[in-house]
Amino acid sequence: MTANRQAPATVFAALGDKTRLLLVAKLCRGQPRSISQLTAGSRLTRQAITKHLRVLERVEIVHSVRTGRESRFELDPEPMEEIKKYLDLVSKQWDQALSRLKSFVER
Amino acid sequence: MADRIEKRIELKAPVSRVWRALTDHREFGEWFRVKLDGPFVPGQMSRGHITHPGYEHVRWEAVVQKMEPERLFSFTWHPYGIDPKIDYSQETPTLVEFHLEKTATGTLLLLTESGFDKIPSERRAEAFRMNEGGWTQQMKNIESYVAPKP
Repeated sequence: MTANRQAPATVFAALGDKTRLLLVAKLCRGQPRSISQLTAGSRLTRQAITKHLRVLERVEIVHSVRTGRESRFELDPEPMEEIKKYLDLVSKQWDQALSRLKSFVER
Repeated sequence: MADRIEKRIELKAPVSRVWRALTDHREFGEWFRVKLDGPFVPGQMSRGHITHPGYEHVRWEAVVQKMEPERLFSFTWHPYGIDPKIDYSQETPTLVEFHLEKTATGTLLLLTESGFDKIPSERRAEAFRMNEGGWTQQMKNIESYVAPKP
């Protein structure tokens, strides 16, 4: 688990897919869900959903918890919050640079 | 999740004025707070150093991409590539684009920075550290700069 954190984060790439985004949306509701539950209502096969879940697991957005014979997947919002904070930071810097540009060209 | 930042700002100045502020390296340096070694040339590396108080040791490096007069100025760079000991050249840069549009009152500037999906996670951590260390001071510098001079 910890080794993954050393690798380049591809959280954006992981979320840049409609199916995975939909899976995250389903998991956002709180309780852990099994692959069957996540496959229900989708046109995709169980295998395809599993593959997408593994991608999300690799970037540590979701993790699985074993209960009896089946795995349930749960959302881990931390990496997404980290990215949001990073973008907020860069965004704030641009706000400031652009406000300096504004007073520069308008004076 | 969006991997880009988008900003829109209305400037009460003609497009030609804004274009100059963006693409003349001395004027760019004034508001961006960077001292550049030479003019911007498409396809070429632009070098210099940050002039923000407290960040003078930080190098500025960007590769100018497009300069379509009074329309589009763009460059690629490594946001928060601030540690002089680290070689950022192996990392995929982000793309910064300034789009200009003439309006009734002046210029509409649309800024986008895209490509954050390729930024290594270590770098984000670094950005946070930098943020904690110097942000408060930086805010004060900016405030005193933009405040109207008596």
